[in-house]
Amino acid sequence: MNYISSSGKEYVCLMQVHCHFDFKELENILKKFIGTIYQKPPVRSSVKRRTRKRNVYNIEILDHEGKFVLLKISSDPGTYMRKICHDVGIILGCGAHMRELRRIRSGIFTEKNLVTLQEVSEALYMWKNCKDETDLRKLLLPEEFATCGIPKVIIDDNAVNAITYGAMLTAPGIVAFQNFKSKDNVAILTLKGELVAIGEAEVNSSQILNMKKGIVIRPKRVIMPRDIYPRSWKKHEQ
Amino acid sequence: MQLYDFIYKIDSFCDYNNNWNIMKDLSTDEKYGYFADKRPIDILIKNSIINIDKPPGPTSHEVAYWIKQMFKVSKAGHGGTLEP
Repeated sequence: MNYISSSGKEYVCLMQVHCHFDFKELENILKKFIGTIYQKPPVRSSVKRRTRKRNVYNIEILDHEGKFVLLKISSDPGTYMRKICHDVGIILGCGAHMRELRRIRSGIFTEKNLVTLQEVSEALYMWKNCKDETDLRKLLLPEEFATCGIPKVIIDDNAVNAITYGAMLTAPGIVAFQNFKSKDNVAILTLKGELVAIGEAEVNSSQILNMKKGIVIRPKRVIMPRDIYPRSWKKHEQ
Repeated sequence: MQLYDFIYKIDSFCDYNNNWNIMKDLSTDEKYGYFADKRPIDILIKNSIINIDKPPGPTSHEVAYWIKQMFKVSKAGHGGTLEP
């Protein structure tokens, strides 16, 4: 979840300008907001009001009518669209503010597979009262999808339980891997595709081929509960 | 060796391309765990993501609480609010 909330965002934002303005001028002003910007969170915000640096990747004008301008903005998390609108207004000289805002992408999650609360409620009804779980299965995305976009390794059944007990992932446990660099976040999956843990790589993936032993991934967040897979490490002999 | 289909589906979900390097040919024991896309529905409910189209009005926190009640689960959260 943390990985999703700390990844890039995309918004559709409706801005109202407080006067009649020259559209060309507005276009030029908006272009200046692409790149690295400094902004102080608005007065009514729940974060510390300290000037912060954020990257704005793109601003697209979707539509405009009279004093209203519809924008599509992609940026780093924690960028205030309200502040961008306000600042554009200041540069225009007559002020502007944000009327409406919708987030259309958060990391890998887009509007593509959105469901409404009504759909959720209907799918639940079908499952509970009609014993039909097909609709429910359609809207529940297995947690593994959250690892889309980061490299993954597949591990041996025998290594799974040790990881859930906090062990490091060592080279012999790896069945398959995608390319990654040292310090990257890497997801650890079972051969059945179940998410076991997310950890930090200790080596570059190119080194795995030459490793007979040694730590490859240091798990940071274990997702799978313990003892689903058999315990296969040796008991410490006393 | 061909990996389990679902594993390839994860990456195609967000058009992520990163080739798989297979180290060894191994199969998995069906006695333990579940194939990620064939989990029984009660287990799936506890470990899933719903991409909800939240209407303006209720807060993200409220919606997460409703979901929690609807599914009768002990844990449900959301991935960040708009304009905190």
